[in-house]
Amino acid sequence: MASKRPIRWHIGVFLAPAVLVYTAIMIVPLFGTLNLSLYNLDGQNRIFVGLTNFVTLFGDPRWSDAFWNALWNNCWFFIIHMLVQNPIGILLAALLSSPRLRMAAFYRTAIFIPTILSFVIVGFVWKLILSPIWGIAPGMLDAVGLKFLFAPWLGKEEYALTTLALISVWQFVGIPMMLIYAALLSIPDDVIEAAEMDGLTGWSQFWKIKLPLILPSIGIISILTFVGNFNAFDLIYVAQGALAGPDFSTDILGTFLYRTFFGFQLQLGDPYMGSAIATAMFGIILLGVCIYLFGIQTRLRRYQF
Amino acid sequence: MTKTFRFALLASTLLGGAASAQDVTLTIESWRNDDLTIWQDTIIPAFEAQNPGIKVVFAPTAPAEYNAALNSKLAAGSAGDLITCRPFDASLELYNQGHLADLSGLASMANFSPVAKSAWQTDDGAATFCVPMASVIHGFIYNKDAFDALGIAVPTTRDEFFAALDTIKADGTYIPMAMGTNDQWEAATMGYNNIGPNYWKGEEGRLALIAGEQKLTDAQWVAPFEELARWKDYLGDGFEAQTYPDSQNLFTLGRAAIYPAGSWEISGFNAQAQFAMGAFPPPVAAAGDTCYISDHTDIAIGMNAKSPNAEAAKTFLEWVGSPEFATLYANALPGFFSLNSTPVEMQDPLAQEFVSWRGKCQSTIRSTYQILSRGTPNLENETWNASANVIRGSEAPADAGKRLQDGLAGWYEPQK
Repeated sequence: MASKRPIRWHIGVFLAPAVLVYTAIMIVPLFGTLNLSLYNLDGQNRIFVGLTNFVTLFGDPRWSDAFWNALWNNCWFFIIHMLVQNPIGILLAALLSSPRLRMAAFYRTAIFIPTILSFVIVGFVWKLILSPIWGIAPGMLDAVGLKFLFAPWLGKEEYALTTLALISVWQFVGIPMMLIYAALLSIPDDVIEAAEMDGLTGWSQFWKIKLPLILPSIGIISILTFVGNFNAFDLIYVAQGALAGPDFSTDILGTFLYRTFFGFQLQLGDPYMGSAIATAMFGIILLGVCIYLFGIQTRLRRYQF
Repeated sequence: MTKTFRFALLASTLLGGAASAQDVTLTIESWRNDDLTIWQDTIIPAFEAQNPGIKVVFAPTAPAEYNAALNSKLAAGSAGDLITCRPFDASLELYNQGHLADLSGLASMANFSPVAKSAWQTDDGAATFCVPMASVIHGFIYNKDAFDALGIAVPTTRDEFFAALDTIKADGTYIPMAMGTNDQWEAATMGYNNIGPNYWKGEEGRLALIAGEQKLTDAQWVAPFEELARWKDYLGDGFEAQTYPDSQNLFTLGRAAIYPAGSWEISGFNAQAQFAMGAFPPPVAAAGDTCYISDHTDIAIGMNAKSPNAEAAKTFLEWVGSPEFATLYANALPGFFSLNSTPVEMQDPLAQEFVSWRGKCQSTIRSTYQILSRGTPNLENETWNASANVIRGSEAPADAGKRLQDGLAGWYEPQK
């Protein structure tokens, strides 16, 4: 019974809209950028220069210092998110999933709301809160007798980036909270009951039963945080401007790319070096995602219920 | 009934379309979003009254985004007919790329001196591509009430200036000086390039720097940084995080006594401040020394080379070059001083004070604007960063000078 397998047209038809739109607005520009990074201007003409732009970016101290500074700042931005945002997210999710908590829905909504706010609003509001002149932060610290702790955080080289990272954590802590919360809810009751029968309750139950079961979600959150952080730009630009002051201490890859690509004040835009930076960013993110996919995700143990 | 109504609507649309089709609409690209109402209520109606058939739309972008947005629009072919020109290289580059038309042939160009046109010309002066509109003058605006209350005379020398700051600080009612380093550009523009010309002797030093005869590590270029470093003690608490609008508000609310200013602040301050204001030029070293002021050619207007309405745009530009426009503009926006050779009568006392310095001091422009900000690293942006660092105390004046010099020497032949 030789059955001729019918051509399944519907697959192509259903995939087409998404593939076309995605290709037009993501894939084509991506390859356009990668391509542009191999060109530069020779007087008025665009000429192919191979990898010269990358040699300049990594070899010329004027470019490479700025690049490594931005990359390190970006890493620090990411580290703060991993150390603060994700643990707090997990903690909040654990508290929210506790059956004894009242008004859980209210807390859930309240904590998630900043996530849907625009960067411009978040940056502006926090700048006002922390302003040494009009801000409420100095007043509030004064009220509890801790005025001496106040500093113009956004204006100090040693604190500015950490402050901005914490503002970003405040804004986005709702996302890990929601994902972990969903993962916690999906743990079957019989597993929990079995644990309780064996005398495992409270914190040890969380560490030994729940945490291993939500690890895949934590992995996904980590990689989302990584990609989000290394593409970040808006908050720094809104709060500190394109020069990412003070003294480039808040300069991350996104602001470095913006200044180079579009220019700033008297500095003219350089789309070729800008594309080289964008390509380097793409490479860094790709590398990070690959490490996660092949190094971590494949080793995470999954449990089937 | 609905049908009649629909026909009426349709007919009116058609007729309306036909009527407006005879009009040419010119769009102006600009970064002066603060001036939107002045263009709409004063300048454009005056032009449209004389030139029926030409409509003008003023379409500004935020200052910080203007250059990037304009470049993208020009590259995409969607920019307006008239382009407000930044001075020097930003506009020169647009001209070289063929985005700005050569306007040397305009009759009204004869109304401007070579210095006024220099910011919008090719290096050899062969082509002028924007009609000069205005320059801005730097100095210090002060709170007259505060000075009277504390018995301070307007300082003319540096020693008097710092003595005045000390008096204000000791009294404690006012913050001596309103400036922050968060946005960085005030430190360079209203700091370094405001007080600097007195040290490097205006044009003499600026041209010597371009010629490679002086270096940014020379005493006259480092000394302004040393003076800036002294400002730190007179700025308000938390000045590190103080933004430009914060500084403006501190001064206009009467909480600060002295504001390092550009004359463009005048109209805004007149509207906001409830107290009497005065202005003084950057103090000199000893009484009787020649004073130098930064009288910076700041704003001009040119034509998009690909504009479909070139004739109408030229009509508008001829009008911008006329003495009539100069009077209108200088009085609508006190603090933007006309570059037109015809003297302009101004009503505003603060603006008159600023412009009177042209008579007793030597004028120069900002040191970093002509030619020196063409390469990487960009000298102007580096100067912002260095000035802010010096005021915050995180970089020594000599180190800042050395860093700027190294950067400049990295790409600029005469400085190598």
